[in-house]
Amino acid sequence: MSDPGPRILIVDDEPQIRKFLRISLSAHGYDIVEAIRGRDGIDKCATEQPDLVVLDLGLPDIDGQEVIDRIREWSEVPIVVLSVRAGEAEKVAALDRGANDYVTKPFGIAELLARVRAALRTHKGTAAEQLSEIVTGELRIDLARHQVEVAGETVKLSRKEFDILRLLALNAGRIVTHQHMLREVWGPAHEQEVHYLRVYVGHLRQKLGDDSANPRFILNEPGVGYRLLVPEE
Amino acid sequence: MAEEQDRPEPDVLLEEAKKEGRGRLKVFLGAYPGVGKTYSMLEAAQARRREGLDVVVAVVETHGRKETERLLHGLDVVPRKQIGYRGRVFGEMDIDALLQRKPRLAIVDELAHSNVEGSRHVKRWQDVEELLAAGIDVYTTLNIQHLESLNDVVARISRVRVRETLPDKVLELADEIELIDLPPDDLIQRLREGKVYVRDQIGRAIRHFFSKGNLTAFRELAMRVAAERVDAQMINFMRTHAIPGPWPAQERLLVCINESPMSKQLVRTARRMAERSRIPWIVVNAQTPHHESLPDAAKDRIADALRLAESLGGEVVTLPAESDLAGELIRLARSRNVTRIVLGRPRKRHWAALFRENVAGRLMKEAKAFEVTIVSPVAEDGPGQRIDPERPGGIRFDRKAYGWATVTVAVATAIAFGVEKVLPLPNISLVFMTAVLFVATRFGLWPSLYTCLVSFLTYNYFFTVPYFTLSVSYRGELLTIVFFLVVAVLAGNLAARLKAQVEAMRTTAQRTANLFDFSRRIVAAASLYDVLWAAVHHVASTLQCQAIILLPKRCHGLEIAAGYPPEDHLSSTDRAAADWAWKHGATSGWGSGTLPAAGWQFLPLKTQRGLVGVLGISFKDNSPDKVRLEPEQHRLLNALVDQVAVAIERTNLATDIEEARVLTETEQLRSALLSSVSHDLRTPLVSIIGSATTLSSRGGKLSDDDRDQLVQTILEEGERLNRFVQNLLDMTRLGYGALQLNREWTDLREIAGRAVRRLEKLLQFHRLELDVPADLPSIRVDPVLIEQVLVNLLDNSAKYAPRDSRIMLRARQVDNTIATEVCDEGPGIPPDARDAVFEVFYRVRAGDRQAAGTGLGLSICRGLVEAHGGRIVARAGPADRGTVIEFTLPLEPAPPIQDETKETKDMKDREKRE
Repeated sequence: MSDPGPRILIVDDEPQIRKFLRISLSAHGYDIVEAIRGRDGIDKCATEQPDLVVLDLGLPDIDGQEVIDRIREWSEVPIVVLSVRAGEAEKVAALDRGANDYVTKPFGIAELLARVRAALRTHKGTAAEQLSEIVTGELRIDLARHQVEVAGETVKLSRKEFDILRLLALNAGRIVTHQHMLREVWGPAHEQEVHYLRVYVGHLRQKLGDDSANPRFILNEPGVGYRLLVPEE
Repeated sequence: MAEEQDRPEPDVLLEEAKKEGRGRLKVFLGAYPGVGKTYSMLEAAQARRREGLDVVVAVVETHGRKETERLLHGLDVVPRKQIGYRGRVFGEMDIDALLQRKPRLAIVDELAHSNVEGSRHVKRWQDVEELLAAGIDVYTTLNIQHLESLNDVVARISRVRVRETLPDKVLELADEIELIDLPPDDLIQRLREGKVYVRDQIGRAIRHFFSKGNLTAFRELAMRVAAERVDAQMINFMRTHAIPGPWPAQERLLVCINESPMSKQLVRTARRMAERSRIPWIVVNAQTPHHESLPDAAKDRIADALRLAESLGGEVVTLPAESDLAGELIRLARSRNVTRIVLGRPRKRHWAALFRENVAGRLMKEAKAFEVTIVSPVAEDGPGQRIDPERPGGIRFDRKAYGWATVTVAVATAIAFGVEKVLPLPNISLVFMTAVLFVATRFGLWPSLYTCLVSFLTYNYFFTVPYFTLSVSYRGELLTIVFFLVVAVLAGNLAARLKAQVEAMRTTAQRTANLFDFSRRIVAAASLYDVLWAAVHHVASTLQCQAIILLPKRCHGLEIAAGYPPEDHLSSTDRAAADWAWKHGATSGWGSGTLPAAGWQFLPLKTQRGLVGVLGISFKDNSPDKVRLEPEQHRLLNALVDQVAVAIERTNLATDIEEARVLTETEQLRSALLSSVSHDLRTPLVSIIGSATTLSSRGGKLSDDDRDQLVQTILEEGERLNRFVQNLLDMTRLGYGALQLNREWTDLREIAGRAVRRLEKLLQFHRLELDVPADLPSIRVDPVLIEQVLVNLLDNSAKYAPRDSRIMLRARQVDNTIATEVCDEGPGIPPDARDAVFEVFYRVRAGDRQAAGTGLGLSICRGLVEAHGGRIVARAGPADRGTVIEFTLPLEPAPPIQDETKETKDMKDREKRE
């Protein structure tokens, strides 16, 4: 039969959640390993060598953030965290510590799958420097010539706007925190100036013809960051 | 009658209940010093120690006797507190150390001992009371001579009046009395052997004191006391267990005292009689008009006797009696169901006694229903109690009065001379009569009598034949002037009495007016502060003193709440007295038995609910020794204290009621929340569980369409439940003030888009129109919370608007706010409900015929919007149909983005170059 798909390690203390994750992710071709506690998860991360970790932040034995820390000490495996609504600070902290993306509980499985796919894709993909072009849906970015096309139409972007779009496109489908974007585009000194970012993104969206009420490309996740939407197959 | 006695008497039960938690007191009672009380007590203590009890010696006098000292071995001794007084250091019992140590049993020798000045209490038995109240058992020793009620008997027997006395009620505190008995012969033997230590400064009278006759008498006394005690315990037991017994009929004893020095003896005698018959007793002091004119020493005697009576357990009554002393007494006796009256026989029989009524005589004649007992004074009053023989009535020589009297007579004489021509002789007497009456009403009895005499002489001298002599020729004229004298004396007497009565009434009226005024002011005072200020002001001005009120602090201790004149500072002694009064609910400070050296007297403010505070008074001018309150002043003060306590309690109760009301409202909200939560949580679950179970049981047999629908139901209801949970969380956070706004610059259009997407499924049956321009100025809000506001408003609209109707979400800038509207074409909100609709659970209260969902949504919207500094209102839609809910959010000026122009310029330059 077909090869077993990428291996996903599920770290969650709730048996019902593990059950439905196992069933649905398996149905989509992933190989599932489970861990009930944080320490168990860290161990299994080493022994089972998963391709992705789905980590619940609300673990009983140790803090989910610490699990991220410990894993990140020796592994770059993509981590998608499960967090609660209104836990923006928690999400940002996790992302800063090295998590790659998050889903807010309660979530639909489609959302989780999208995140998982995005995380795996970027990881498995070739190094950013080697890319010359990124295509997502109707968006086409020529990295070498700094040209952007939307549905075939060329769009003129300022330097900063282009940098923002590039960063989002390189992480297509994944969340990019405000701080990260500010660091990358403006430099470490400007990490807190989120309103700058917002203004520029606003301009960018306008130029891309994106409606903030119904975004096609750039989705804002308040308190956390931006995400470039990837149309699902 | 018999049935009544089958129930235990409530008073007795109450007494028993009060005894719970108290330590037990065992008294080793001896008839005379030297019987070996301390020895027996220590033996018992050792026995307890061997049983394993924690026994501690508080204070024991061994007087150097080896056998006694030996008994101290092995017992913990709490070191005495060293108190300095007049250059010497005395060791007294250290109460605080004992309270801290909290032994099971404390040994305290010499219960009747008086503590040295500077100690907390005047008497050691008060210290013991504190120990008992703290739950510590106490063994103590006591000699018969120290009992207050036996003081006279002891004095009579031994010719020695013992000074250190103990109120009998202390002995009644004792749970157990052990009589240490030693036959007199044995004691005398021990005396000879030098084994007895004798204190009490008996000195030279020692041989007389320890005569065999005396010792026997004392021994009998001691046995009788012990027997009475046993008897009382038995009756108590019977009463507690509702055993019917031959109860004495409810008799009462009345004892009348005056300023005579035997009043104290009378009080003690009365008490013994009352105790023997186990009946309540009343002490009455009849205040006749010449009470005011008594010398201070006499007034003090009366006050002392009354205080003694109170301490011995009698009821004190002060009877104002202007003339008919015996009559008033009889009336009082009848009204209080008195069956026995006790009087003292006056020591000397004065000629003036003829004028004053013989109360005893009258009582015996008229009070046929009473038993009248006349008590003779003790032959010798003991050393140091000699009093100057006082003149009856206490004549005060008021020069001015007599001067005026003389002048009046002179004037009358002049008038009489003038009138002589017109009036016949006998009628001239009327002129002098007028003079007598005038003087009587102005100056009292004795000046009026003086006037009578002088008038008589003048009348005789000037107006009777032979003129200008004191002899009278005509028999008729002699009779006239004699009758004149008699009538003048009587009339003068009457007028003087009238004057005194009016004076007394005026004083009483003043007192009553004072109390009335006070109560009126207190009632009018609304706040606690007003009450306190009115109280201290009134007390200070009435008693001419300084007054302060201390109230309990929230945590522990007392603080000064009001003072007149304003006082902030209390010395440490005063503070200690105030704290003591508060803790024990009894008077402390000068004039009381606790910390009498304090400059203030503190009275507890007591109500039925308990203590509410402490009132202090101080006479700053007088030294503490001289200061004393008249019994009337004292009673007035007590009345005022009661009123103040009640008023303070009233304000406290008002506050309590308010708090209770708020609590009730909170309770109501909580129960409404519970019922709402219970309903609204369960409702989606019904569909979810129902659908899931259907799928599980009939899954394969359902059509695809049905299966899809059930699955959709589970999904939608799940989301609905999620929204409800979110509402609850928001509600809780708003309620606890735990709402934290994470403001960031954001666009309303973006928030609107997210809200709409969240409710996609719910809004699928309506036509949603979104009118939020993208170029609206940015707002600095918490995007998650404003999204919640829109979600709740859209949810509401979807709930009430009919299918296929329009729901509009519109936003525009209005001055320096952003105004957002959610409009629907539903049934609308009636005008009178447009405000109430934002209240929590409004829907719940309106009844549950409406669509399901919590009543929380709109109130949460209001909470969230107002947290941002905005406002939310409900209106009718166009043409008065439908509903429009509009909320405004304030605009802040956007922070400048400096780089922009530079950025644009750079960019333009770069583009030019390219």
